[in-house]
Amino acid sequence: MGSPVVVDNLTVRAGGATLVDALSFTIRPGEVLALIGESGSGKTTTALALMGYARRGCRITSGSVRIDDVDVLSLAPRQLRALRGRTVAYVAQSAAASFDPSRTILDQVVEPACLHGTLPRGEAELKAIALFRELALPEPETIGQRYPHQVSGGQLQRLMAAMALITDPAVVILDEPTTALDVTTQVEVLRAFRRVIRERQVTGVYVSHDLAVVAQMADHILVLRDGRMRELAATEPILVAPQNEYTKSLLAAARPAPRVVAEAPDTDVLLRVRGLSAGYGPRTRQGTASTMILEDIDLELKRGQSIGVIGESGSGKTTLARVVAGLLAPCSGTVEFDGRPVKPTLEQRTREELRRIQIVFQSADTALNPSHTIERILARPLQFYKGLQGDALRARIDELLDLVKLPRNLAQRLPGGLSGGQKQRVNLARALAAEPDLILCDEVTSALDTVVAAAVLDLMADLRRALGVSYLFISHDLHTVRAVCDEIVVMRHGRKLAQVARADYERGPHHPYYEELARAVPELRRGWLDELDRRASAVAA
Amino acid sequence: MASITTSASFAPTPRSSWLTRLSHFGVSGWVGLAIVVFWASAAIFGPALLSRTGAAGGGAVFAPISAAHWLGTDYLGRDMLARVIEGARYTVGVAFLATLLASGVGTVLALFAAASNRWIDGGLSRTLDTLTAIPSKMFALLMVAGFGSSIPMLVITAAIIYMPGAYRFARALAVNVNALDYVTVARTRGERTLYVMLYEILPNIAGPMLADLGLRFVYVVLLLAALSFLGLGVQPPAADWGSLVRENIGALADAGASVIAPSAAIASLTIAVNLVIDNLPGRVARERGAR
Repeated sequence: MGSPVVVDNLTVRAGGATLVDALSFTIRPGEVLALIGESGSGKTTTALALMGYARRGCRITSGSVRIDDVDVLSLAPRQLRALRGRTVAYVAQSAAASFDPSRTILDQVVEPACLHGTLPRGEAELKAIALFRELALPEPETIGQRYPHQVSGGQLQRLMAAMALITDPAVVILDEPTTALDVTTQVEVLRAFRRVIRERQVTGVYVSHDLAVVAQMADHILVLRDGRMRELAATEPILVAPQNEYTKSLLAAARPAPRVVAEAPDTDVLLRVRGLSAGYGPRTRQGTASTMILEDIDLELKRGQSIGVIGESGSGKTTLARVVAGLLAPCSGTVEFDGRPVKPTLEQRTREELRRIQIVFQSADTALNPSHTIERILARPLQFYKGLQGDALRARIDELLDLVKLPRNLAQRLPGGLSGGQKQRVNLARALAAEPDLILCDEVTSALDTVVAAAVLDLMADLRRALGVSYLFISHDLHTVRAVCDEIVVMRHGRKLAQVARADYERGPHHPYYEELARAVPELRRGWLDELDRRASAVAA
Repeated sequence: MASITTSASFAPTPRSSWLTRLSHFGVSGWVGLAIVVFWASAAIFGPALLSRTGAAGGGAVFAPISAAHWLGTDYLGRDMLARVIEGARYTVGVAFLATLLASGVGTVLALFAAASNRWIDGGLSRTLDTLTAIPSKMFALLMVAGFGSSIPMLVITAAIIYMPGAYRFARALAVNVNALDYVTVARTRGERTLYVMLYEILPNIAGPMLADLGLRFVYVVLLLAALSFLGLGVQPPAADWGSLVRENIGALADAGASVIAPSAAIASLTIAVNLVIDNLPGRVARERGAR
């Protein structure tokens, strides 16, 4: 049974900045509270403060945190160590980074129990195996013998939950535990988490930026922004009738509305991919690569059209973009652009051909050179393709910044001084500078918060309307793809499984894998996961 | 290359960036910088300011420190202060040139290797690995035996010995940067290898490479001193600090100033350069970030 958590007037500062500002809330025993907000809103800082921990450079300046009758913030370091991992357990976002790669999983899972002396080693191992079974892990008896790199990301996340639960803690903090996972994996992990939390009646704190996920997990939702509480209420009322403006914008962003662009009737085909196979590694005599990623892909994209490519990680969707961009030579098959076949490698393509296909990468952090100013980043393609100079160049840079809705005075800054959303806009602007016909978008919104991602999607739809560019939009998120694309291509294990047009999104029947993906996207209402469970058990029966 | 020169106009003005860099220096950094500047100006202006040259001998041998001879005299009775200051020219000058050559060539080759295909990369790396395998003193001996000892020869020898190290270091950094998305974007834009090397990769490895340059300077100074001590470096009557130590080794038993002064000069220069490196802004920022 869980313990009550009472937080009163909690304030965390870092230097002059206030990260968490006078936060007060109460969690009743056995209930789950969700902390939700964009990055930098102070949700992880709050969660860590519940364990009496502040990250380097941060200080808990005032307030109190009471778990049962213990005032966590007044404990000595020794007592805090006894509390952490025993009374309060923490499940971090990236399990892959939290496991020691050189030790077996079981060895690490039983560690909290051994450290706190709650169980002797042998019993702890038995308990761990029971937990593995409860968390629906495959081969519960032997999975502990493996090393962290030998299990999948979703399994590792559940193993980390097992590590947290082995001491029977009263409070469990889950910090974005499914953010790094695919939708299909996420559903499995969410199910497992919810079952153990319910059965054990532990008090939970669930940190996330995804309202739809939170709706399945939490009894109450606390909306944070800039370290201040915006709204705190039970899950149902927040989803149905949010009071705060910010909550409303979060909700709006979580339900991406289709950004319909009036389709030009029957334009010519811009990109035609036929029988495309590609892979990495040395070529065999038959012309295939040693590791084949793509096999026999056909695709047609009309001018001004936007096609979404979706699939889980490892399905070959990024490789498809790399082949079209010329970064990887195909093993067989052809790529035709605007009616003419394009050469397989970058070196063989003309500058004009390169100009017409631009690629925008997922992580704007690594896609912008950190030692170039924004002005220089945008200037380069203009100089390179168009030979613009002087005033014409400056005027065009200003135009581009206006186009992606960034203030012009940003031009002199380095990428390090921009937010994630701003960087992604610069990333787009650089592609637009070349005035391309086709932009390959590789997971452009995956690294962004919901609200910011929605704004970037809006921008992309506007640009398409205004400039008539086409997108090949790669994503693992069916919601985003549906919102911006006219057609969806579903990929799995390097093969194209299905192609669904916008008109048929809601009409079935579709390929079973598409249905599975569509079902796996959490819906923004309570009980969605329960329905899924019921349906699954009905099918099994 | 016209397009490259125009894009350079967007770089911040060098003066302001250097001022902000210097403002990050700690006390130890300033001390180090002062010593380095002192030895550099001694090498450039020193001989002109001295009242006597180091060539004039004939006084008392191994004389102690006095008002006439601030650092005493050497084994031929020459003024030690003049000898040390004239030696600064060889030690600082030769080491500076050799280091610039070693780091410069090493970095350029490394950028080329990282930005090119794996055949060029492999060929270059293995060739330079072979050079690394030859012991440095042995290599210097061979060079001196083959080509005689002269100042340009010393510079080239030291540069060749320390170039593979700079190459390895720069290549390791450049390969990581080369794998980042912004380099891929530049390639899909159709940029040539030279642009990728100089404008996409180089600015992002410059910080660590500068630190490496300082470290390499120290190695070169020590190598030159060692060579001169063996009698293979700068030839008499000219002398760098290493040769000064060797010449006056006879004063070691008496702890004479003539052997201590050049040794202290070598020590102060190497320590000062390291102090400056430790206070380079990139490094300070990294440590602050890590703390």
